[in-house]
Amino acid sequence: MSVVLETRGLTKAFGGLVAVNDVSLQLHKGELLALIGPNGAGKSTCFNMLMGQLRPTKGSVHLMGEDITGLSPRVIWRRGVGRTFQITATYASMTVVENVQMALLSHNHQVLKVLPYAHKMHRDRAHELLEMVGMAEQADRHCAVLAYGDLKRLELAIALAHEPTLLLMDEPTAGMAPRERIALMQLTADIVRDQGVSVLFTEHDMDVVFAHSHRIMVLNRGQLIADGNVEAIRNDPRVQEVYLGGGTVFKSEDEAEDA
Amino acid sequence: MGLFIAQLLTGLANAGALFMVASGLSLIFGVTRIVNFAHGSFYMLGAYVGYTLIQVLPGVVGFWGAILLAGLAVGLIGMLVEILVLRPVYRAPELFQLVATFGVILVIQDLALMTWGPEDLLGPRSPGLVGVVRIMGEPVPKYDIALLVITPFVALALWYLMTQTRVGVLVRAATQDREMVGALGVNQAWLFTGVFALGCGLAGLGGALQLPKGGADLMMDFNILTAVFVVVVIGGMGSLPGAYLAAVIISVLNVFGVTYIPQSTLVLMFIVMVLVLMIRPYGLFGREEVAGEHGQVGEPERPIKPAGLQVRLLVAAGVAALAALPLYGSGFMQVLTTDILIFCLFAASLHFLLGLGGLVSFGHAAYFGGGAYVAGLLVKHAGTPMELAFILAPLGAGLGAFIIGWVCLRLTGVYFAMLTLAFAQLLWSLVFQWGEFTGGDDGILGLWPAKWLSGTTPYFYFTLVFSVGGVLFLRHVAHSPFGYALRAARDSERQAEATGINTRRVRMLAFSFAGFMAGLAGGLFVFSKGSIFPNELEITRSFDALIVVFLGGVKTLSGGIVGAAFFKGVEDVLTRFEYWRLAMGLLIIGVVILAPDGIVGTLRKWAERLGVLKRAEDES
Repeated sequence: MSVVLETRGLTKAFGGLVAVNDVSLQLHKGELLALIGPNGAGKSTCFNMLMGQLRPTKGSVHLMGEDITGLSPRVIWRRGVGRTFQITATYASMTVVENVQMALLSHNHQVLKVLPYAHKMHRDRAHELLEMVGMAEQADRHCAVLAYGDLKRLELAIALAHEPTLLLMDEPTAGMAPRERIALMQLTADIVRDQGVSVLFTEHDMDVVFAHSHRIMVLNRGQLIADGNVEAIRNDPRVQEVYLGGGTVFKSEDEAEDA
Repeated sequence: MGLFIAQLLTGLANAGALFMVASGLSLIFGVTRIVNFAHGSFYMLGAYVGYTLIQVLPGVVGFWGAILLAGLAVGLIGMLVEILVLRPVYRAPELFQLVATFGVILVIQDLALMTWGPEDLLGPRSPGLVGVVRIMGEPVPKYDIALLVITPFVALALWYLMTQTRVGVLVRAATQDREMVGALGVNQAWLFTGVFALGCGLAGLGGALQLPKGGADLMMDFNILTAVFVVVVIGGMGSLPGAYLAAVIISVLNVFGVTYIPQSTLVLMFIVMVLVLMIRPYGLFGREEVAGEHGQVGEPERPIKPAGLQVRLLVAAGVAALAALPLYGSGFMQVLTTDILIFCLFAASLHFLLGLGGLVSFGHAAYFGGGAYVAGLLVKHAGTPMELAFILAPLGAGLGAFIIGWVCLRLTGVYFAMLTLAFAQLLWSLVFQWGEFTGGDDGILGLWPAKWLSGTTPYFYFTLVFSVGGVLFLRHVAHSPFGYALRAARDSERQAEATGINTRRVRMLAFSFAGFMAGLAGGLFVFSKGSIFPNELEITRSFDALIVVFLGGVKTLSGGIVGAAFFKGVEDVLTRFEYWRLAMGLLIIGVVILAPDGIVGTLRKWAERLGVLKRAEDES
């Protein structure tokens, strides 16, 4: 299996605080890899380094064997990395399909054109992408009136617009109802299978993680403490300790909140 | 040495009024997010009210009592304005409130004219503080010494109020997070009213205190407004120590400037401002604004669609009716329509930035006047033919916008707005004070169009072609990928950058393009008037454009031109009356309150409610 994404000794220090400490990971083609860990473990910092928002203090990031450390988010995107945000980011003044068209325009280096009508460009391809995430019927709705779960699906369509080899999803199901979470991750798993995309995602909901990921990596205090398949992680005493310490036994968030 | 110290003291004394006005503006902005254009008007009112009170109250106690009472009275007037004018529009789109405050400026101007007459009032002497003291042989007015002593006390009192009292805690909390303060059970409405009154009171106090030095006149409001903006921005929005330091810097600089380089005092002030902002973008003591995703309040913009056949036919009919104007309209009508068309193009160019890009430029006159001056100077100094000068006007303005945009676009929100204003003022002061080259205050005369365009009707057609063409092109670009990218950058910079859109480049190009179009309007303007004066670069011209864009509806595509046509048309009718500013101001305030979505936006909503237009889904 070919390696899509690799980090070597990735480290980020904020002053004296080492948020991410010597993290080396590999993501293979077609893999759905979950990066989990309690709050403050360094997941987001890790993610931000992968996506170019933060520059690592030490270590490097490689995409398909090429060093992409320190490149800007825009360049990383052009190299074939798509992303979705923890808090959705969409163009509220546009229709659903226009949101996807915007990404397609950018992919085709057409955003500075002033003569053609934007809403006529790449419309069919945008519809295909919306079809893929089950949003085709809502294509012409105003983005600002969408339900939260639909926004998440729209974001996924935007992230897939340039046919990425790698998809980074930062807490893709945060803020969603339990049933929507399962549906969204099922959708993601299908896309991984059908499109051959590799996915790295962070997640708090253990049900989601255990149900859908191929492999799980656990981060605690900036360090990788475990790496393995679902069974292995479930039974790993160190992982249990980390999570018991946080007061979260392996239940869904909602149950934990109810308790 | 004596002269140096004397001047330093005068500068420090002058800083007093400036600090009070600036700290008031800063407070109001911090808590209510309102950029109070009318702040200079409250300062002016303070001077007038103080003047009258001093006539009534005799003696030393009367003098100082009158000054305090003037501050109090202006505070009360401010309270009234807040309750009557601003409260109804807090829920309107961000910055819409500044249109209302612009209306207030006009109203106060005419009310002051009615009450105190057009003559400048000579400031009364302060009893007991007449004459000068000698410091190392140099005369320093006694009143300056008094001001020097008083200002730190006012500053200290303010500091105490803000840091040591419960009210101050609430105000500071509201500056950081208004909603949270509201959620914690503080009555936001009265907090806003209180802060607005306090800010206005400070302005009034400043106006009254400077009476013995400067008297009272009807130009005070705009004269201080630019200086106040400069002080607030240099000091940092919302910072009291910053406002004090900046007021001192600017005042001292002015005093020394007058002595040593009298021909460039204004330029100096704006150069300092530009320099400070380039090094410390949020002012000396300011902090970066923590805004939401796109810093917008109110409902998001609607999706846009190119006009359908019906609308296109309607527009074509409208243009045809305009083109036939020489057949049925008088020469005056043609001149008026030429003016309106030029202003529409100017407003449309600002709307492109403001409406689509969310980029609030407070200094758009720089490109309108700039384009006009490029043409004017070329004709004057190089004998350039009119046609060539006309083509170079938008190019020059576009290039200027590119350079200024490059600097300004490092900032966002109100800091961006202020920096654009600073550059516009810098340009204005350059033109104003560099008399040998630009003609200064006397402007440039004799700039007539080429022979084939001379005469009212040919020039009317010339304007019609370029204005309508320009407006239609701006509109077309809004529907192009570039226009979409500009909206994408406004809606979610995060997503745009994450999908490969270079938002800074898009904004730079949009800024230059808008500058180019404003320059085109400026080129049309200069040859329609045959002359150009510095006031086309002035802050009021920038405000005009800003006002009409908001008035027309910033969140609608045609807001700019509708607002411009409305404004110019009404202005033409009203200026025939003596107190036209009062009427205009009341009209603007009325429109603001009745149509918080702008004229076009509100008409659209009414039409939807009546079923004339199809209602957008799930939106009310």
